[in-house]
This record gives sequence, C-alpha cells and structure tokens, in this order.
Amino acid sequence: MMAEKVRAAFVVARRDFTAVIFSKTFLLFLLGPLFPIVIGVMAGSIGAQVQKDLDRPEIGVAMEGVQGQALIAARNAMADRMAGGVPDFVELKRLVPGERFDGRAALRQGPDRLAAVVTGTLEHPVLTGTPERVDMWQGIVSTFAARAREAHPGTFPAVQAEVVATSADQTRNGQVATAQAGQTLLFLLTMLLAGMVLSNLVEEKSNKIIEVLAAAIPMDALFLGKLFAMLAFSLVGIAVWGMAGGVLVLTGAKHLPLLATPAVGWPLFLLLGFLYFAMAYLLLGSVFLTIGGMASTVREVQTLSMPVTMMQLMVFFFASYALAHPGSAIEWSAVVFPLSSPFAMLARAAQGPALWPHLVALAWQGAWVLAIVRMGARLFRRNVMKSGGARKGGRLFSRLFARVATKREGPVTNAY
Amino acid sequence: MRMELGEWPVAGNEVDASGVELAIEARGLVKRFDGFTAVDGVDISVPKGAIYGILGPNGAGKTTTLRMLLGIIDPDAGYRRVLGCDHPTDAARRIGYLPEERGLYPAMKATEAIAFLASLRGVPLKEGRRRGRELLEAHGLGYAADRTIRQLSKGMAQQVQLLGTLVHDPDLVVFDEPFSGLDALNQGKLERMMRGLAERGKTVIFSTHVIAHAERLCDQVAIIAGGKVPFAGPVDVARDRLAPQVRLETRAQDGPWRAALPADARHEGAFWYFTLPASGVEPLLRALIEGDAGILSLSIERAGLHDAFVAIAGEAAARALEQDKEEERRR
Repeated sequence: MMAEKVRAAFVVARRDFTAVIFSKTFLLFLLGPLFPIVIGVMAGSIGAQVQKDLDRPEIGVAMEGVQGQALIAARNAMADRMAGGVPDFVELKRLVPGERFDGRAALRQGPDRLAAVVTGTLEHPVLTGTPERVDMWQGIVSTFAARAREAHPGTFPAVQAEVVATSADQTRNGQVATAQAGQTLLFLLTMLLAGMVLSNLVEEKSNKIIEVLAAAIPMDALFLGKLFAMLAFSLVGIAVWGMAGGVLVLTGAKHLPLLATPAVGWPLFLLLGFLYFAMAYLLLGSVFLTIGGMASTVREVQTLSMPVTMMQLMVFFFASYALAHPGSAIEWSAVVFPLSSPFAMLARAAQGPALWPHLVALAWQGAWVLAIVRMGARLFRRNVMKSGGARKGGRLFSRLFARVATKREGPVTNAY
Repeated sequence: MRMELGEWPVAGNEVDASGVELAIEARGLVKRFDGFTAVDGVDISVPKGAIYGILGPNGAGKTTTLRMLLGIIDPDAGYRRVLGCDHPTDAARRIGYLPEERGLYPAMKATEAIAFLASLRGVPLKEGRRRGRELLEAHGLGYAADRTIRQLSKGMAQQVQLLGTLVHDPDLVVFDEPFSGLDALNQGKLERMMRGLAERGKTVIFSTHVIAHAERLCDQVAIIAGGKVPFAGPVDVARDRLAPQVRLETRAQDGPWRAALPADARHEGAFWYFTLPASGVEPLLRALIEGDAGILSLSIERAGLHDAFVAIAGEAAARALEQDKEEERRR
C-alpha cells in the first residue's frame, strides 16, 4: 500500500512539476528573489540587534596575588563613569609568585565570551587579544591598572600588547554570524517558495478534477505529490539562483564579507543547509497545503496569504531569538518545535560540531512532515470532500471554509 | 487493452442470496453532513456485468451514495465492498469514474490528459499515451490529440474525460448524472456505449433523475428519495410492485357485467380503465362474459417505471423528479 502511495504521489508530482516548469510564468518566478533581498536587508537590522546582544565580551585576568582582584575592583569602580561599553573583567586565575600564565591558550580554550586576557603586574600589564581588541582596550586596562595601584594615580603604566590571530570570542561571534546568515537564507527561501503551496489545491478544485483524483488515489498521496513537486520546483529555482550567486561571488569576491567557518565545516554545513531547507519547506508547505486546501477560491487564498506570511515571520523570529540564547529553554523549544526546528538546528550546525543531533532532528522533522500531511489529508477529506465523522469542534473554521466540493455545473451542450 | 493487476487485491466472489456474483455490496450506509442526514441506511447490491441505475431527484443522496461507494468519502455507518475490496480505493485501478462535475487540467494536451488519468489508475505513462491516441482516433478525435483542453470545446473536453475514464479498461464504471447536459443524439450515443460496456462483462452503475434512461438501460435500479432507498432490485420487480392496468372496450354500455368492475374503474371515451384485481384476469373475464358485456377488446398493460417510482418513492419525490427534468430542459 505504501508503494502505491509513493507511485500515486509521483504521478501527481510529475504532473505538477511539468505544469509549473513549462508555464510562461516560470521566468517571472526566477526573478522573485529581488523581493526577499529587500526583506533580507530589513531582517539584517534585526540580526544586528541580536549580534549586539550577543557581543558582551569579557576580559580575563590572571595576575599574582591580589593584583587581579584590585584590577577588577578598579574596573567596577570606574566602569559606570566611562563612556561606551566597558567589558566585564573576570579573574581566570590567581597566580602564585613566579607562576606564568598562557594568555593565548586561555583565549583558544577559554569560555565563549573571553575576548582578551590581562597578565603581568599592575605596573607592567600585558594585554593578550586580537589586534582590534588590543587597540580598543589598551587604554582602559592602563587606566584600571593605575587606579588599582593608587586612588589618585599620577602616572599610567604602558600596556604591553600581545597580539593573537583569533580568540574564542571572535570564533563564536563569527559562527553566530554564519548561523544568522544561514537562518536568514533559509527563511527567505522558504518564505519565497512555501507560500506558493497555499494555492496548490485551488487549481484542482476549480477545475473540478479533485473528484477524479480523490476516487483514484489516496488523499495523502495527492498531498505528498504536490509537496514534492513544489520542492523539486523550488530546487530548480535555488539551483538557478545559486549559480547566479556563484557568478556574483566569483566576480566580486574581494568585496564580500567572509563568514566564519561553521563548526561542522563548510561542506557539511551546506549539506545540512540543503536538508534543513527541504525539511523547513516540507513542514511549512504541508501546513500551508492544509490551510490552502480549505480555501475554495483564489480570493480566499489571497486572504490567507497575510496571516500565513506572519506565521512564517514569527517562526523565523523565534528561531533568531533562540540563537542568542544557546542552551536555554527557549533554544530547546525552537529545536523541538517542528516548524522552527530546521532554523534552530542550522544555527546549531554553525556553532557546534556534534553531528548526531542533526540526525535526530532530521528524523524528528521528517516524522512531523508525514504526520502533518496525514492530518492535512484527513482534514481535507473531512472538511472539503465532506467525509468522516461529524466534527465536534472547529465550528468557526468550518463555517469559514467548509464547502461541499460537488454539485451543479452550468449549462452545457455536450457531445459524446 | 487489459491491464496488469499487479499487487492489487483481486475481486472476491461476493454473491447475493440467489448466488449472483456481486460487483458492489453495500449495507446500511449512512452519511451525515453537519447534522443533516444525506444518506440514511442505504442497501445496494450490484451484480457483476449489470447496468445499475440509482434513480432519484436532485438532493436525494445519489451522488453521496456513489462517492461512498468510490471511497471519496467514508460512510458514518454501514459498510461497502467493491470488487471484493473492503475499501474501494484498494480497487481503484479497476474502477472508472466520471463525476457529474467534469473537469481536466486546461493546459494539458488531450492525449496527455487521458494518459494522466490512466497513470492515476496505474497504467504507465507511455502506455497511457499510446492508448489515449488510439481512443481519440477511434472516436473521431484524432485531430485534437495534440490540442490543449483549453483549446477544445466543452463537449470535446468532456468526451476526452470520458475516454480517460475508460482508458484503463475498468471492470466497474461509475457515472454520476452522465446524461446531464447532453443533447438527445449524444444521450443515445452514451447509452450505446454503456450497453457496449455491459456486453463486454463490465459493471456499469450510474445515477440519474431521468426515469426514461433508467428504464431503457438498467437491469436493476435503486430508487432513492430523502436519503433512503425504498426499493433496490430488478426493474421488472419494481414495475410489478403495481398491479397491471386493464383497458376494456365493450359493446354493452350497461348491464350486470358492470358489477365485475373494480372500484377504481373509470370510463374515458370508448374505454374503461382499471387496475387488474388481485384475483387475476380469469375471474374478471368470466364475470364480464356472464354479465353480457360483449367484450370488443381487452388489454393488460404492465406499470411503467415512472408509475412504479411514484408508488414506491411517493408523489413528492416524483414531483421533484419532474421539476429537475424541467429545470434541466430550461438550462
């Protein structure tokens, strides 16, 4: 029976795919990304806000005896009176006399927010960090060190700079940017493509071919076929846009900002991006197909478009917000909630190297696709084809959308 | 043109009490829509190879019954067995269905439309195309094979859909109001096609609100009104529900023979019309002869399906049937 469903789904998918690909509007569709670019710019400002929230760096302190504590106390005493954001100072280690501390190693292996390390003494502090960080914080380290030595300092010690190529903080922030970029791209593609599924069943209903389809194949095969046809169609679009984007990158690579390497590496990240796009598309698509299936006319579909777009935005914002709170209940919710799961997991792929969570997540999302398709097909049969037992709930919904899909055609003169 | 059945369930040997093999057996089918009972306990047995009509006015539950038999919708109660399968969609490859509201994808070419309908029923696309071309040629539509449905007249498009209904050589063909909107010539053509299917051993079931079609075509009918089926069985049995009508012409205008006439006897022109008494024709003849009626002619006419319908479904249903016919004529 499963094989028959797959076969039937393929028949429907083939018909839909060829109907769309060979339509005159396909070229217009390929120009569609202009719209999400505008949306992308707007979404970018939100991303910047998230990035700002994330960018709360810490400076580690590792000094002999109480010097570290004195430096931190000086920082706490003066921070409120200093313009701009002053990073938190945390004591990494209280050193015993003669003990050495490897600031570079601490930056490589230390906590995510660790952006620089102060070692040495209050008279001769050493600031280890990336060039930008050292430039930015040399002055305040000197000020705090002077204040730590005496309440009214007359001289300020020179801070010795020790530059490293990267730090845990910089890597993390880079990966967050990669995660955001991945999420945004995923969102734009699903928003652009999944919305088309809304109107997918209207054609069958307006052509009155739905009766023939319903009599010939299982309804969930019809749903699956339509979903996969639209997915295949989307992938054609993505391939075209991808090639266009590739040409753009090759011609103007120097001017494009480079994203940090995701934690799982680029090849795997791209593969996961593809899989999560497919899942996000199928999940949202199956929901939209179900909602769109309840509509009888193009006008009803248009009415549904706005709330559906809002729903997509909410899912995206939820996943974006979760990105800023790794390990929190919010992030776990985004990972578990089926519609936001692909977005949240793609962000994880950028920030964490573990692979098994992705396998679990893909299986979880796939199971939800099947569940939603099945539920959608049942709803369609019950509300539109008017099958199944009498409903106990959802009266408003049924009042709004339920239609008997049969009866009455206009005057005709036929020939057999 | 017979297709491979592959993994599909093969028809079981459903038989009725008299040992007739059944294509469809339905018992106690009930369907409610938002509290309204559209079909209320319908029993139907369709013998294999028969032409079976579901006869009733619009809104009586014909389409809902057919949709349940096809598995498009599920009954709220009762069961149906179609071509040996408990769920009709399990036998979908062996069923052809032409719904009342016909439609195809407008951008598809005629051949492709037939091939698509065939592929839905399990025929490979390539084979479907080949059969589609053959069928179009055979029905004088070969010239339209590469035209899109949009480019065809509505009548031609409907003909393409009919061919698509039959392209997979189904064992059971279901038509919902197939004569609706057809002119007399094409109604005759379709009737011949349906008879041809039955002659080839196919089971044909159709719904109609026109008694004449059912009377001309059907071996058996189900009379449906208000969601109930007060009669289902052979057309002759339905007609036999009414006593035959007698038309009598006598030489004598009056006499003792008049006492032999039943109470419903009425005199129109030269003839007396009345229902044949339950005692039969022999006692009647004897009484007329002994009463010196001088019988000039006597004929006994069996009741028509229309009269049977009135008697079985009631005056209101019969009136609704007439209204439907009138409405269709106006359209």
